[in-house]
Amino acid sequence: MSPDELRDDQVDGPELTARLAKTWGTDKGIIGALSTVDHKVIGRRFIATAILFLFLGGLSAILMRMQLALPENRLMGPDFYNQLFTMHGTTMMFLFGVPIGEAFAVYLVPLMVGTRNIAFPRLNAYAYYVYVFGGLLIWVAFVLNIGPDVGWFAYVPLSGPEYSPGKRADFWAQMITFTEVSGIAVAISVIVTVFKFRAPGMTLDRIPLFVWAELINSFVIIFALPAVVTASATLMMDRLVGTHFFNPAEGGDALLYQHLFWFFGHPEVYIIFLPATGWVSAIVVTFSRRQAFGYIALVLSLIATGFLSFGLWVHHMFTTGLPQLGASFFTASSMLIAIPNGIQIFCWIATLWDGRPVFRTPLLFIVGFFFIFVAGGLSGIMLASVPLDTQVHDTFFVVAHFHYVLIGGNVFPLIGAVYYWFPKFTGRMMSERLGKWHFWLAFIGFNATFFPMHILGLMGMPRRVYTYLPEMGWGSLNLFTSLGAALFFASFVLFLYNIVSSARRGAVAGPNPWNAGTLEWASASPPRPQNFDRIPVVTNREPLWAHRDDLPVVAGLSVENREQLVTTVTDARADLRETTPEPSIWPFIAAIATAILFIGSMFTPWALVWGSVPLALALMGWFWPKPSTEDER
Amino acid sequence: MTLGPQPDNAMLPHRVVMSARSMPGYAYGARSPIWWGTVGFAVAEGMGFAIAAAMYFYLVFINGNWPLSAPPPDLLWSSLFTVVLLASIWPNQRAKRDGEREDLASTRRNLVIMSLFGVVLLVIRVFEFGTLHVRWDQNAYGSVVWLLLSLHTLHVLTDLGDTIVLTVLMFTRHGHGKRFSDVGDNAFYWYFVVASWLPIYVIIYWFPRWW
Amino acid sequence: MRRGRPFLLLAVLPLGGCQGWQSALDAQGPAARTLADMFWIFLAILAMVWLLTMIILVLSLRRRRPADADPLATNPDTERRMTVTISVAVGLTLVTVLSLTGLSYAAQKVLFARKDGALTLLVTGQQWWWEVTYEDSQPSRVFTTANEIHIPVGEPVLIKLEAGDVIHSFWVPSLTGKMDLIPGRQNQIQIQADRPGLYRGQCAEFCGLQHAHMGLLVIAETKEDFERWRDRQVSSATPPSDSHRQRGMEIFLSKPCVMCHQVRGTDAGGKVAPDLTHVGSRRYIAAGTLETTRGNLAAWILDPHGIKPGVNMPAVRLDPDEIQPLADYLEGLK
Repeated sequence: MSPDELRDDQVDGPELTARLAKTWGTDKGIIGALSTVDHKVIGRRFIATAILFLFLGGLSAILMRMQLALPENRLMGPDFYNQLFTMHGTTMMFLFGVPIGEAFAVYLVPLMVGTRNIAFPRLNAYAYYVYVFGGLLIWVAFVLNIGPDVGWFAYVPLSGPEYSPGKRADFWAQMITFTEVSGIAVAISVIVTVFKFRAPGMTLDRIPLFVWAELINSFVIIFALPAVVTASATLMMDRLVGTHFFNPAEGGDALLYQHLFWFFGHPEVYIIFLPATGWVSAIVVTFSRRQAFGYIALVLSLIATGFLSFGLWVHHMFTTGLPQLGASFFTASSMLIAIPNGIQIFCWIATLWDGRPVFRTPLLFIVGFFFIFVAGGLSGIMLASVPLDTQVHDTFFVVAHFHYVLIGGNVFPLIGAVYYWFPKFTGRMMSERLGKWHFWLAFIGFNATFFPMHILGLMGMPRRVYTYLPEMGWGSLNLFTSLGAALFFASFVLFLYNIVSSARRGAVAGPNPWNAGTLEWASASPPRPQNFDRIPVVTNREPLWAHRDDLPVVAGLSVENREQLVTTVTDARADLRETTPEPSIWPFIAAIATAILFIGSMFTPWALVWGSVPLALALMGWFWPKPSTEDER
Repeated sequence: MTLGPQPDNAMLPHRVVMSARSMPGYAYGARSPIWWGTVGFAVAEGMGFAIAAAMYFYLVFINGNWPLSAPPPDLLWSSLFTVVLLASIWPNQRAKRDGEREDLASTRRNLVIMSLFGVVLLVIRVFEFGTLHVRWDQNAYGSVVWLLLSLHTLHVLTDLGDTIVLTVLMFTRHGHGKRFSDVGDNAFYWYFVVASWLPIYVIIYWFPRWW
Repeated sequence: MRRGRPFLLLAVLPLGGCQGWQSALDAQGPAARTLADMFWIFLAILAMVWLLTMIILVLSLRRRRPADADPLATNPDTERRMTVTISVAVGLTLVTVLSLTGLSYAAQKVLFARKDGALTLLVTGQQWWWEVTYEDSQPSRVFTTANEIHIPVGEPVLIKLEAGDVIHSFWVPSLTGKMDLIPGRQNQIQIQADRPGLYRGQCAEFCGLQHAHMGLLVIAETKEDFERWRDRQVSSATPPSDSHRQRGMEIFLSKPCVMCHQVRGTDAGGKVAPDLTHVGSRRYIAAGTLETTRGNLAAWILDPHGIKPGVNMPAVRLDPDEIQPLADYLEGLK
């Protein structure tokens, strides 16, 4: 980089925009598409892929509801049904639930903190491809009728070498490895983006609540995912190389697996919920026309939720015969997480209370979130009680509960978020009229589907059964539920139609159609490759509300090279102009090498040895410096 | 306040209040994003170590008697490994220091020394595996010991690969500028490898003697 | 959470006199009653919390700001009022969850208290049936049956739970909550029925292909009836008296049945499948799936995989004239 290169204080206006777009752009063609490191391109793909998996998971649910609509239905056999509910849970948790939060972070966090790209953009691209390969692996296995059939939790010994011969459980365990490698990589990229790439002046108390949510979420991911990687890796070892971690005959223990799994599995539900709190915060603030009430309380609640989520995992194991005193501790901790969640709910309601709510589709879905999520949270309090849990654990009551908290707590805010940010992603507005229809269809369909399940569970219907006897008397409620599911699924079809038609014909949105206050609305819609022609300087939590017509900015960054402003961690003082990596095909190749190594290791442990050679070569290509960006003062 | 479509423009009206012209292009330690990324991976992997160690103690607790049908592993090779690993701290610290001084000749020398250390450690580790007195498929005790030791070996191996690539880079025309910052991050990661070994060493080799 | 009650009342009306019912809210034992009471208390409190929150939410959707207000402007009075309100609400939340925790803990102490009973059983979960062993101080009084548990009314019965293969979960909702059966461990659960009747249960932990058809039946009867039943179960099978069932027995003993099943008093000594010594006295076969009739016995023997796909019992090749005697023989094992 020569000292006389062009800087952004030497050009202005459309010329600056065009030159920066050229510097930060993505090349045309397939190689260009696979080499891109633009967080928006990767983020768009990430969101689209996660939503595709949401639809696949939904389809598997519809098939299950068809089978359960009638007692002793002969539509499918137990083998296919078991594959279906395994695919449903696995897809929703690992291929949709965790990635969707991270996908939104990949797209929005750099825009919201006012920078031009995510930290470690190549790692981020690699993480996306690894995630796609993991999802492909398990769905291809399913289509070939060798999909996993041991549940999304894959408890041993049912998933062990003795009771699940063949490769089915290995597909599941290896898919975990793919998605967790991806999840941890994205989490680290997001954390470093928030730590080091915030716009100057964005001190800790000016970080948007959505970014806080994604930051805490990334921390939870980093601490929780290693547990499930350990669980799935040791399960693979037991299956493939004859270790005895979970074999009681040789000193192992079946419950050890459950501890490992749920030490991840409970934080997992908060990994799914935390990004949603970010969506709720953003939408509530924008549509209340008022800054968030209790910002500090909201942030502290997020942090408390993150911490507490690690102290609850045993409440998934209340019926395993653990010592009673220990179980009581987990009752108390599970109940206590109601406090930070309660604080968040109260602060949002207070913001609405003192605001001037504007009833657009995003806010409708947030109101739906309140109705459903609070109900689910309260039934969760029942489950937190050891005695009550012995009745409702592993029944349809639990199925009802967690669909209330997960769909209420993640999917409803997500749909709101899609309606809210769609103009930013595409430059066009989604149809408001279809949005209203969509909301009522989804809200009624959801409750019709899942409310009766509470009753079914109390009537003694266990989970994960492929059928039931007619004399059990569960037929009518199951039929009702199945019809509700059809309605709920129809709402998603409408959603898809709205997305597709609005992307082509929607009203042109402009940079800030909702008059929101955070930085992503300062960029064009859809954002240019450089995000901002000049990096904003932040003086307020809602920069666009504070400076509607004269946003303060930094000048002096290179126009010819990909330079980003690096700031200090706490007070966001401008510190460095670091170059960020150029596009590269190597992350994609590294992801392929990773896939070969992982899939090979399902068949022989030696794959870890010979599979690491192409991976090492790909990584060298990835990190080998380009001479042009090297020269520094 | 109306909501809805607005005319398109590239960026809102703005005013320049700060110049980034005089800022440096890279820095060391916590000022550098890469350093934070390294910390992030070290934390995630450290969590993996912690969980494997927790598994170890859980199995001790479940079984009561420990180690299961095998004598405790030998101390000779493992202690030699520990001593050599601790000895590597000194050249590692020098590599970090000379890297920050951007002293090319010393950095090259330090990196070569660190690569040699890594190779020697791996050789010792091979012998170490031979003196565990238990196989991974013998019982749960064997499984968890092999798990801990393999996890750590993997880290020695990755850092060694990283060090060798950096060494080669330093001997090419790329040996300047930001590469020195990479040397510092590589040294930092090696500290993580050292620090994670000490508890594992105690768990595998001393704990069964005390239990 | 709201409109549940009328539904539930409909739901717990027993449908048929002899159907084992399986509802957590149709409590027929002290433990289940404690749990059902607790459920209603929790439901009442939590429904109130939900309703209150929703009322406030709906009220908060009214527009209080002028249209041209600055979104960054805040009124210190309003801020303070809302802070106080939220602090009170959080305090109330804390009090609520602490009370519920206390309630839960008290119920837990009651629920897991072990009373001394005269009867101890060992239930072993198998894919996909329940092996039930009645323990006794005299070895000659120990016997094994399957999928049906008879207990005397009004007495606590201790059940030891073990797993023969994968994890299962023992659950008879109208008597008490569930408890898992875990390989390598032994758990315990205590059941007690207040009045004679049939109480159905089924496996509650996913255990493979036929998890859905792993039912069990608890039959509570008076002390006298129970003792009579037990005496009969201890005895070996009565040899058939008529030639037709005699032939059925010969068919049974000449087929692969004996590799897995036991009929005490004959050469059939298989241990991996349910003991058939008194199979005719049980109300159901195939783990609570089919009522014990000759037709069902025949159907089950001929095509177990049509009824329970994936089940471990092989379809046995029988000549057409062998089916009837065999079914009659088994049905007569009272």
